[in-house]
Amino acid sequence: MNLTPWTRRGLFLAAAAVALIFGMPERATAQTPPGVLIVGQVAEPKSLDPAAVTAVNDFRILVNVYEGLTRYKSGTLEVEAALATGWDISEDGTEYTFTLRDGVSFHDGTPFNAEAVKFNFDRMLDENHPYHDTGPFPLSFFFGAVQATEVVDDMTVKFTLNAPYAPFLSNLAYPTGLIVSPAAVEAHRMDFGRNPVGTGPFTFAEWRSNEAVVLERNDAYWGEAAGTQAVVFRPITDSNTRVAEMLAGGIDLMVEVPPTSLGQFSGDGFSIVEQAGPHVWFLILNAKEGPFADKRVRQAANYAINKEAIVNDVLEGTATVAAGPTPPAFAWAYNDALDPYPYDPEKAKALIAEAGADGAELTFYVTEGGSGMLDPVPMGTAIQADLQAVGFEVKIETYEWNTFLGEVNPGLEGKADMAEMAWMTNDPDTLPYLALRSEAWPDKGGFNSGYYANAKVDELLEAARTATDQNERAQLYREMQAIVQEDAPWVFVANWKQNAVTSDRVENFGLEPSFLLHLQGVIKN
Amino acid sequence: MGGYILKRLISAVPVLFGITIIVFLIMSLIPGDPATAILGSYATPENVEKLNRELGLDKPMVQRYFIWLGNMLTGDFGRSFSLNRPVIDEVLERFNATMILSGTSFVLCSIFGILAGVISAARQYGFADKAITFVVLIGISVPSFFLGMMMILLFAVHLRWLPVSGMYAIYGGGDISDLIRHLIMPALALAAVATGVVARLSRSAMLEVLRQDFVRTARANGVPERRVIMGHALRVAMVSILPVLGIQAGFVLSGAVYIEIVFQWPGVGRMLVDAILARDLLVVQGGVVFVAACYVLFNIAVDVAQSLLDPRIKT
Repeated sequence: MNLTPWTRRGLFLAAAAVALIFGMPERATAQTPPGVLIVGQVAEPKSLDPAAVTAVNDFRILVNVYEGLTRYKSGTLEVEAALATGWDISEDGTEYTFTLRDGVSFHDGTPFNAEAVKFNFDRMLDENHPYHDTGPFPLSFFFGAVQATEVVDDMTVKFTLNAPYAPFLSNLAYPTGLIVSPAAVEAHRMDFGRNPVGTGPFTFAEWRSNEAVVLERNDAYWGEAAGTQAVVFRPITDSNTRVAEMLAGGIDLMVEVPPTSLGQFSGDGFSIVEQAGPHVWFLILNAKEGPFADKRVRQAANYAINKEAIVNDVLEGTATVAAGPTPPAFAWAYNDALDPYPYDPEKAKALIAEAGADGAELTFYVTEGGSGMLDPVPMGTAIQADLQAVGFEVKIETYEWNTFLGEVNPGLEGKADMAEMAWMTNDPDTLPYLALRSEAWPDKGGFNSGYYANAKVDELLEAARTATDQNERAQLYREMQAIVQEDAPWVFVANWKQNAVTSDRVENFGLEPSFLLHLQGVIKN
Repeated sequence: MGGYILKRLISAVPVLFGITIIVFLIMSLIPGDPATAILGSYATPENVEKLNRELGLDKPMVQRYFIWLGNMLTGDFGRSFSLNRPVIDEVLERFNATMILSGTSFVLCSIFGILAGVISAARQYGFADKAITFVVLIGISVPSFFLGMMMILLFAVHLRWLPVSGMYAIYGGGDISDLIRHLIMPALALAAVATGVVARLSRSAMLEVLRQDFVRTARANGVPERRVIMGHALRVAMVSILPVLGIQAGFVLSGAVYIEIVFQWPGVGRMLVDAILARDLLVVQGGVVFVAACYVLFNIAVDVAQSLLDPRIKT
């Protein structure tokens, strides 16, 4: 039989093909060009219309293209002027009058003025606005208090609120408040999200679906011009692949490094950046029924769970132990007199015995993953083990994120005793207002899924939200945190430190507590 | 023959119709809804209801199904709310990428699988057979996503011969050689399992044919062995190999989901996974129907090819 010559020829051909392929110029694996920063993102953006999106992943691109009337001062969550140069608040806290920055143009050349601001807020809030159909605008309720937006003169705009609402200035700095070009919305309508036009340090150049969003330096920028000629955002959903791209030099900067991969970047050639942010990871306890209806059992759960072990061993040091409902990133409103519940299983057992909850069976809702949820399954099992150790019988039920929200948000009554949850907000008002007031029980449209109720807390939260004096607000929030910590409606577990890795060719990069990604000052060699 | 093809095409219509019902029902019945997915932590019942109304999801299910079906028949697949663009644009663009990947893998697994099977059969129990069987069994046993990750670590991170992920280089790419460099690893990883399956089945099909009388006659007549195997025997064996290839085409399409995620390939599999997680109903529904239609058409083509090879199959 005479097969050999054929295979030999085949082998030769195959070898030649391999040689050809590997011998091709090494372009794709060559280093990324100088002056162009390539960022590894966690997902494809949904849209680049700031009013239409909700994900931090999209915000990271948006804040480089657009600006709001206000912004967060670098390194803090305090508000400073941006497209507005100043503002007056009326005595009763319901009228905000902004003076706008002169000489600012959108990337399409149209001027930024009071009309443009009015167009932005009317588009989002007024159902009869001709461009309201370019939505939906899922986070427009951030500005739900706005009753009217008026053009006072070309460079002055006035907002009238239906009630005093202290987070208004900070919400204007949130990406939902970024200002888009009215002319571009009119031109592109539904497709504006793929043709974004703002006033920021970068202009939009190109969006290749699932490959890259390319931004270029805005040479006509009113402030200091950006340090790089272009920024490319690449969506790389799989975290292992993202790490591999970073190691291979295919990207210059990656966000949300998995805790277990951080070690791979500890050597030369990379730097790791960390920044605590306004994030809190907690367990909602069902205070309406079952063992957690008793405050002592809720406190026992806080004592029984070894939070140090969770942040150091499960999360590899990418988080710190949470003390109460407010993250320390809100420095001005944070009560630093509070210490986290210590890990004390003996004390937990004593409290459980006192409450007569020995051997109680608990149903624990765990999610597979979700926004801000970190590593929910290993964290859930660690918590289960700690609670078993003090005598509970814990049964875990695991759900995919959207299903999980569908189970938890309507309330835990009749279903579960505890559930994992995490929040990231850019003001200290939103989370407690939506998740700790008795008026925020699920049947009233809030997120208080564990049915916590304390009249004093309700009163403090209402007062803090309407007060316009920051010191007074801080005082009220500190008092609230002390009461909530004592009442223990949640198990306070962790505050996440956002991280990123850059190659040594990237300079001047820092993360912001707001979790946004400002790349204006970054230099790439 | 034309009548046969037409008959098969008509019989595909109820299949596709059934698929539209199944995919619509699944997407409607799974827990979680688009508004919750969009709003995330801010999904209060009030916000969810308002957003669902704006997305047109407050209508009864049956009504929504017929609106969707009616629009689709006129070529309108709707607009994706998670990608903010028409579904059909996204599906076509993504399907193109998947076809490049799956098509290459399919060609690779067909050629190498049949070749390996033929050599194995011709050299039954010889060294070549044992070596091929060994390699093929490894190929079948290793999960493709694992193989993919290991290839990335070896060839992209350590040796730096090939790019880690993506379809084209971000800068300076875009031509065919750039595409091939990006395609090598995902295509091989995806083809590995399918090649193994094709090789195993080709081997047994060939062995069966080689035992038949006409092969003995051909050999007795002094036909060169190479022609006996590649000409006479393989042609007959192809009748039973072809349907296996049809099934493998489905396999490389569905296996592409994992590979597209590992290699960040902008294909339809990754699109569907993302869309399911975001509860982007129209993208999932449109994408599944489109892929299913292609799969059905491909299998009709396989059946037609088979009937050409084997006149005994009734047309």
